Amino acid sequence: MISARVLIRPKEGILDAQGKAVESALPALGFEGIEHVRVGRIVELQAESPDRLEELCEKLLANPLIEDYEIETR
Amino acid sequence: MIWGVLQFPGSCDERDALNACQIAGGGSGESARLVWHEETDLSGLDAIVVPGGFSYGDYLRAGAIARFSPAMTAVAEFAAAGRPVLGICNGFQVLCESGLLPGALLTNEGTRFICRQGELVVGEADSPFLAALEPGRRISIPFKHQSGRFFAPPELLASIEANRQVAFRYAPGQNPNGSLNDIAGVTNEAGNVLGLMPHPEHAVEAFTGSTDGLALFRGVAESLAGSAA
Repeated sequence: MISARVLIRPKEGILDAQGKAVESALPALGFEGIEHVRVGRIVELQAESPDRLEELCEKLLANPLIEDYEIETR
Repeated sequence: MIWGVLQFPGSCDERDALNACQIAGGGSGESARLVWHEETDLSGLDAIVVPGGFSYGDYLRAGAIARFSPAMTAVAEFAAAGRPVLGICNGFQVLCESGLLPGALLTNEGTRFICRQGELVVGEADSPFLAALEPGRRISIPFKHQSGRFFAPPELLASIEANRQVAFRYAPGQNPNGSLNDIAGVTNEAGNVLGLMPHPEHAVEAFTGSTDGLALFRGVAESLAGSAA
C-alpha cells in the first residue's frame, strides 16, 4: 500500500468565504499583520496503486471548476 | 402526471416537494412518490425533483457524494432522454456536481446561513418548468441556504448567458450570497433540467404568504399535457 495525501484548496481568484471569516477574526485575538488566509482541506488515504488517484481527485475529492489539488505520495 | 421526489439520507425538504407536486396535480389520485436513493427504476414517473437538505451530510462538498448514488445514475439517464428534472437548493448542488447543470455553488459570500423570503426575476431560459412564467415576471419564494453562491469560470458563464440558460436571477438589490450575475437558477442546454437555490416548494400554500412556487410545478404539467395533445 502507498500512503497519499491530497491537498485541496480554492482556486486563486475565487473568494474563499471561510478564509475571509478566519482572517476577520484574527485582529480580535491579537494577531496583527496576517492576510490572504485561505482554507482548504487535506484528505489522507492508502491505496494499492497510485494509478487512479488523479481520476479520484477529478471525480470526487475536488471540484475542478472551483478547486485545485495536489497529490503527495510516499 | 406522476412526480418522483428523490430522498437521500440527509434530505429534509422532500415532504414539502411532494406536497407541492400533489397540490400542482390537483390533489386527486397518486401524483407524486418518494424515490429512495438506492432505487434505480424511474419507470412510470414523468418528472423528477431532487430536493433540498444535506444529502449524505454534505461531507466533502455539498452534493459531491449524492452524485454517486444509484438513483442519480438513473436520473442522469432520465435527463439525457430529455425528461424534466428539477433540483432545488441541495438538489441544485447535486445536479451541478453531477455535471447535469453548468457551474458550481460556493459558500455564501457572508458565510452565514440565509433564511428569508425574497424575490426572483424569471429569466429567458426555455424550459418546461418556466412554461407558466413569462420572462421578467417577479416571484416571491423563500431563500434558505448556506452554499448558494453561483460560480462559473468566465468562459462558461458567458456561454450560459449566450445560450439563455439563466432561469432565475435574484431581483435587483436582493442577491443574498454573491452569486455571479445575480444568478439564482440555471438550466442545461436543452432546458429540461433546471436547478435553483431558493425554494418554490415552500411557497405553494397561502398560509405561508406566497403561492408563487406552484408555477414551476404547474408549468411542467402544462407542458407535458401540451406535448401529449
